[in-house]
Amino acid sequence: MSGFTGTTRLVRLALRRDRMILPAWILGMAGFLAATTAMFEDSYSAHPELLEPDTRIVVENPGMRVLGLVTGPSVGGYTLHRDALTLAVLAAMMSVLAVVRHTRQSEELGREEMLAAGVVGRYASLAAGVVVSLLANVVLAVMLGLAMVVAGQPAVGSLIGGASVALVGVAFTGVAAVTSQLASTTRGATGLGGAVLGVAFALAALGNMLGTVDSAALRVSSAWPAWLSPIGWGQQMRPFADNLWWPLGLAVAVMVSLCGVAVVLVDRRDVGRGMWPERRGAAHASPALLSPAGLVWRLQRGALLGWAVGLLGFGLVFGALSDRIQGLEGSATEWYATFGGEADLIGAYWASMMQIAGMAVAVYVVALMLRLRHDESEGTLEPVLAAAVSRLRWLAAYAVNALAGATLLILVYAAAMALTGGQALGGTASLLRDLIGAALVQLPAVAVLGAAVVTLVTVLPRWSVGLSWLLLVFSVFVGPMFGPSLGLPTWLLNLSPFTHVPNAPAVAISYEPLLGLVLACVLVGVLAVIALRRRNLLLPA
Amino acid sequence: MRAIAVSGLVKDFGPRTRALDHLDLDVEFGEVHGFLGPNGAGKTTTIRVLLGLLRADAGRVVLLGGDPWRNAVALHRRLAYVPGEVNLWPNLTGGEVIDLLGDLRGGLDPRRREELLERFQLDPTKKIRSYSKGNRQKVALVAAFSSDVELYLLDEPTSGLDPLMEAVFQDVVQDLRADGRSILLSSHILSEVEALCDRVTIIRAGRAAESGTFEDLRHLTRTSVVVDTVKPLQSVTGWSGVHDARVHGEHAEFSVDPGALNDVLEHLVDLQVRTMTTSPPTLEELFMRHYGDDGSEPANDRGAEVVAAR
Repeated sequence: MSGFTGTTRLVRLALRRDRMILPAWILGMAGFLAATTAMFEDSYSAHPELLEPDTRIVVENPGMRVLGLVTGPSVGGYTLHRDALTLAVLAAMMSVLAVVRHTRQSEELGREEMLAAGVVGRYASLAAGVVVSLLANVVLAVMLGLAMVVAGQPAVGSLIGGASVALVGVAFTGVAAVTSQLASTTRGATGLGGAVLGVAFALAALGNMLGTVDSAALRVSSAWPAWLSPIGWGQQMRPFADNLWWPLGLAVAVMVSLCGVAVVLVDRRDVGRGMWPERRGAAHASPALLSPAGLVWRLQRGALLGWAVGLLGFGLVFGALSDRIQGLEGSATEWYATFGGEADLIGAYWASMMQIAGMAVAVYVVALMLRLRHDESEGTLEPVLAAAVSRLRWLAAYAVNALAGATLLILVYAAAMALTGGQALGGTASLLRDLIGAALVQLPAVAVLGAAVVTLVTVLPRWSVGLSWLLLVFSVFVGPMFGPSLGLPTWLLNLSPFTHVPNAPAVAISYEPLLGLVLACVLVGVLAVIALRRRNLLLPA
Repeated sequence: MRAIAVSGLVKDFGPRTRALDHLDLDVEFGEVHGFLGPNGAGKTTTIRVLLGLLRADAGRVVLLGGDPWRNAVALHRRLAYVPGEVNLWPNLTGGEVIDLLGDLRGGLDPRRREELLERFQLDPTKKIRSYSKGNRQKVALVAAFSSDVELYLLDEPTSGLDPLMEAVFQDVVQDLRADGRSILLSSHILSEVEALCDRVTIIRAGRAAESGTFEDLRHLTRTSVVVDTVKPLQSVTGWSGVHDARVHGEHAEFSVDPGALNDVLEHLVDLQVRTMTTSPPTLEELFMRHYGDDGSEPANDRGAEVVAAR
C-alpha cells in the first residue's frame, strides 16, 4: 500500500483548500431544493386535488420525461422531477471539478511535482481527490434530504431523494478519476467529464422518453438506455414511492471500478503527462490564426466541436420522437399550452425543444465569454494587449466567435431535428424552414446573456465567474421551462431573456420582443465596453 | 524627446497599497536603460503602466511621444514587450505564438525570425505546455526581437536562460543598441546590466532611488577595507578619502573613495600590512545598499578578497 502513503495528509490539504467552494456548492443546491420544495408544498397544500392530474401530465408526456421521472402523486416526487436533472448535473460537475482540481490541475500547475517529491505515494493525490469528492457527496445527500424534510416531506423519501442526486456525484467521481489520467490539461479532463455527463443525460432522457406508462398514468417504466446512465440510476431509486436503495450500489460499483482503472493508468504514465504523448505542431502559424478572432477560434474550436456533436445527437433524438407527441391526448398536452396551445401540439413540441436548445447554447456562450476573465487572470491577455490590439478588438474577437458558434450550434440542432422529424412525420423541407426560423429567434436571448457576462467580467471581474453562472441558472429558472409552473409572478418571469423568445414554430414570430432583446444586448454591451476602457487590468503578479 | 519620460508617477492598488510613489524614469532614444530594484519595488507595475494596461493615478507618462493609456494601440506598433512571467497558450506551438504575437504587433521579419530561432536554439514545433520556463522565455524573446520596432520593454527577460543563452541575449541586445534602438531592461542579473546598460535607474518602494550612468553611480560606492598592520593605525582617520574608520590598535575597518585608494595603499605599506581584506566597489554592493530593506550599507564580506601578507 505504499502507493497510498500520505493520502490522509493530502485529504486534509484538499479539505482545507476546498473549505469554501464545496460548502458553497452543497449549500447552494440544498437551498435551491428547499426553496422549490416549499413552493410546491405551498401550492399543493392549497390545491391538493391538482397533484394527481399534474403528476399525470409529467408522466404521460415524453417531453417532460426528459427532465426525470415521477412515480405516483407526491409533492416530494413532483418537486424532484422538476429539480432532479439540475441537481444531478450540478452534483456531477461538483464532483468532476473537485477530483480534477486535486489531480490533473495540481499536475498541470506543477504542484504535484512538489508533493510527489515528498514522502507521498504515487496514487495519493488521486486517492485524496476521490475521498474528498465522496465525502462531499455524502454530505450533499444528507443536506438535500434535510432540505426536503425541512420543507415538510417524509423523511425516508427525502433521504432517498438526496441519495439519488448524490449517486450521480459518486459515479462522476469515478469518471473524473479516469479523465484526469487521460487528458493532460485541466480543461481537457473537465471537458471529457462534461462529455460523459452529456451522454449520461442523453441516455437517461432517451430511456425515459421511450419508456412505457402504466394504466393509471402515474408510473413510467424506463426503457433500457436509462439503465446505462448514472442519471437514470438515480431516477430509478424512485423517491417518495418505491424508495429503493439498491441503484446506489450500481453507482458505487462503477465508481470503484473506474478508480481501479485510474490506478492502472497512473502506473503507466509520467507525472504531468496524459496518456497520449505530446505531438509536435506547426512551426509557422497559419494565416487563419493571425488575428485575435482567429486566436479565439483556435482556442475554442475543440469545445465547439464537442457541443456541435452533442446538439446533433439531441436534435436527431428529439426529432425522431416527434411522432410520439402527435399521439398525446388529454392532460399530457396541457404543458404545451404555454408553448403555443393545444391546437398545434407538434408545433408546441418543436418550440419547447428549440427553447431547451437555446438554453444549452446559452451555456456554451457563457462559458466562452468567461474565457475573457480567464485570459486576464491567467495572464495570456498581457502579450495580446501589449501588441497593437485594443481592448475593444479583444472583446470583439470573443463576441464574433460566440455569435458564430451559437448560430452554428442552433442550426445544427435544427437541421438534425428536421431530418429525423421529417422522416417521422413527413415534409422535411418545410419543417426545416420552420425550424431554422425557430432556431434563429433563440439567438437574441442568448446574446443578451453573453453581453451580461462581458459586463460582469469588466465591472466585477473577481466575482464574474460565479455571478455569470448564477445569472444563467436564474434566467433558466424564471424562464418559460420552469417559471410558469412554479407560479412565479409575471414581472419575475420577464427578467429572463428566454421569456421573450417567440414560441416559433407554434406561434408566428413577432419581432417586437426580438428587437427588445437586441436592444438590451446592445445597451448591456455598451456598458461593458465603457467599463472595460476605464479600468485597470487585473493581471497575475 | 525621450523614448520614455515618466515623472511623478503614482499608482495605487486600493486605498492602502501604493505601488508607485512619484516615480521618475527617463530613457533616451538609442540607449539601453537598466531598471533595477528588489522584488515588489514596482518594476512590473511601471512597465504595465507604460503599456497602458494599468492607468496612472497621477504623474506624467510619455512613451515614444504619446500617452500610453490613450494611444495604446498606435504606440504598441512601435514597441515590443517581453513579460517577466511568460503566460502563453499551452496548446499552441512556439512557432505559432511567435507568428501570432508578431502579427498582432504589425508584422515580423521572417528572416530575422529564422535567424533568432537558430541563435536561441528553439524548436518552434513544440507546444508551449511542453517547453521549460527558459524555452517559454525564448519564445517571447524571439517574438519580440523579430519585430522591427523602436523600443523594447524587457521585464526580467533572462531569468530562466542558461549562461549560453544569456550570452546570445546579450549579443542580440548589443546589436539592437548598435542599430540605435531603445531598450528598457528590467533585470536582477547584475553582470548583464553592467555589460549592456548605458544608464540605470534603481527603484525602491515605488520611487527612483538612484539614476545615472555607472560612473555616476560608482563614484558613490566606496571600497571597504579591513586591514591588520605591524604598526598602529591611529593615523587612518586623517587620510583623505577615508570614511567611517573604526580603529583598534593595529586593526582597522574603513571605506575609501574610489579615487583615493592608491594613496591609502601607499600609507598602508608604510605601516607594514600583515593581512588585508578589500571589498571592491561592485555593482552588487551598490545594489545591495538600495535593495536592503533599511537601506543600510551591505555586509562587508560580500565579494571580498583576502590578501594575506607573508
